[in-house]
Amino acid sequence: MSLDNIVSKIEGILRSKTKQGFVGIWEDEHKMIAAAHEARKAGCTKFDAITPFPMHAVDEAIGLKRSYIPWVTFIFGTAGCLFGIWFTWWTSAVDWPIIIGGKPMMSFPAFIPVIFECTILLAALSSVGALLFICGLPKVDPPVIDPDLTSHKFAIFVPEDDTFYDTQKLEKIFKDHGATDTRKTEF
Amino acid sequence: MIKRAPLVWGKKTYKDITDDISSLVENVPGLPYFVTLLTAKGVLIFYLCVLAAIVVTGMGLMGVNSPVGWGTDIVTFVFWIGIGHAGTLISAILFLFRQKWRMSIARSAEAMTVFAVMTAGLFPILHTGRPWLAYWLLPYPNQRGPLWVNFRSPLIWDVFAVSTYATVSIVFWYIGLVPDLATIRDRAKNPLRKKIYGILSLGWRGTGRNWNHYEMVYMLLAGLSTPLVLSVHSIVSFDFAVAQLPGWHTTIFPPYFVAGAIFSGFGMVVTLMVIIREVVPKYKHYVTLNHMENMNKIIMSTGLMVGYAYGSEFFIAWYSGAPYEQYAFVNRAFGPYWWAYWTMVTCNVFIPQLFWFKKFRRSIPAMFIISIFVNIGMWFERYVITVTSLHRDFLPANWGMFDMTFFDFGALFGSFGMFFTLFLLYIRTLPSISMAEVKPVLYVNREEGDKINVFG
Repeated sequence: MSLDNIVSKIEGILRSKTKQGFVGIWEDEHKMIAAAHEARKAGCTKFDAITPFPMHAVDEAIGLKRSYIPWVTFIFGTAGCLFGIWFTWWTSAVDWPIIIGGKPMMSFPAFIPVIFECTILLAALSSVGALLFICGLPKVDPPVIDPDLTSHKFAIFVPEDDTFYDTQKLEKIFKDHGATDTRKTEF
Repeated sequence: MIKRAPLVWGKKTYKDITDDISSLVENVPGLPYFVTLLTAKGVLIFYLCVLAAIVVTGMGLMGVNSPVGWGTDIVTFVFWIGIGHAGTLISAILFLFRQKWRMSIARSAEAMTVFAVMTAGLFPILHTGRPWLAYWLLPYPNQRGPLWVNFRSPLIWDVFAVSTYATVSIVFWYIGLVPDLATIRDRAKNPLRKKIYGILSLGWRGTGRNWNHYEMVYMLLAGLSTPLVLSVHSIVSFDFAVAQLPGWHTTIFPPYFVAGAIFSGFGMVVTLMVIIREVVPKYKHYVTLNHMENMNKIIMSTGLMVGYAYGSEFFIAWYSGAPYEQYAFVNRAFGPYWWAYWTMVTCNVFIPQLFWFKKFRRSIPAMFIISIFVNIGMWFERYVITVTSLHRDFLPANWGMFDMTFFDFGALFGSFGMFFTLFLLYIRTLPSISMAEVKPVLYVNREEGDKINVFG
């Protein structure tokens, strides 16, 4: 693979993949949640809310399950623990065994702190890695519908390939629930 | 009904919070900021000169010698690592306990952790005397056998503990920053600022699906940091406790060190918050007197734990019947280093008792002075543990004293320059209060809220 190919591949990964769709914007988060429930009742499944801070009501309104990242943490934490046990054993008892202070080659109790730190380190870094991977981060050009969506406004975005996508009906749902703005957009 | 005081004062809306906190990053700060920064930078430059002199000339410039082979470097290392622990306590442990008041101080406390650990990390490397060989501490395949590090040694546990702690703290802090960096990116008018914060925010979009995973990871990191922070200072205490020396060889050390670390760290958080509240008055709406009072309560209770540990050490020395152990403690309190011991006891046990009174808990000048005493006392605690135990061991022929040189004082004083420079730069360039965490804990009834806080 040539250098140009690699560069364009990295660029491809860092560019956001956007979709056309329909958005409603609110200034009151409670009305947005009500509209999200309504949209879900109408048949939307792939739609998403955009909020400046985490809201638990959003998970219920758009039908999100509990995140599965704890499994990643558990698996990598276990792997870190096993690695720590193997590494302290292999270096101290196999590769170059040296008697220190008359202690056994495999001094398990003395290795516990190092094994513990390996467990924590791998568990923490893998959780963050999983978060970035699942959320598709980092990206250099995230689409911005409204700059206030990271400050004090709330939005619902329905992509055009959603199971229910009827802009007129969606507009009515959004407007009925007090949306301040509705429009077709890219996100 | 018990009324809850609001966590943020001044009838703030979501937009007010964004404007207030972003403006610290977007506007050029006033004169007090630059005066403070330049002072800190001056001390930092002095620090670099001291370090350069020590590295170029050698460890002979510092006071360590036989029999006191662990001096200012180790004392100050433990001091700074301890400072860092309160940051993790606030950001992780209080998060797990659902203490909502933590939200507005968590970011700065976590930043304090990162900078304190950075400051601390230099000292053991300096202490080795050959800092250019510091990589020998890591177990890497080498051409000397490969000769691996000794995993039975507490000093190697320390390398693993501190480096893991630094890594996880930085990651935890950064993940918390991402949504706020996105806020600043979206507000930016200046294209360069937009670009820089755009890169730093990793392209965060704030969708429900992303928040769902984000919150889970934040909780996982808090859950992982909690045992981590307890392990770090336990392992630091093993550096002493695993040795056979009277005064070091005690089982109480891990909890005693952890309590002391939290105690000193909260002292530093209070010191920093008082300064920031004066330099940046907007902070007073977010870090309220209630926050300060809560922290002072923690200082007082951890101070009592530390006092209990001091007493318990003496009791065990007496109860054990071991003459060397008994001598080590009598010598500590009434030997040639009595002044260090009683400075420690006064600063750590007696002075924080003033926080039993609400008046002192809620008085800014009082808490500032007490928090400085706590910092002084906790440095002396490590000095007492390290130096008084080493200076008189089993053979009176080997006894000696530890004299700090100009370079010892220089390294100790200069490290504050490094810490404060980093902290002041952080205040200027990153959102120093977590917007995405403060917004969800706003008081619902804002009009009522301000009436309650009058009575606190």
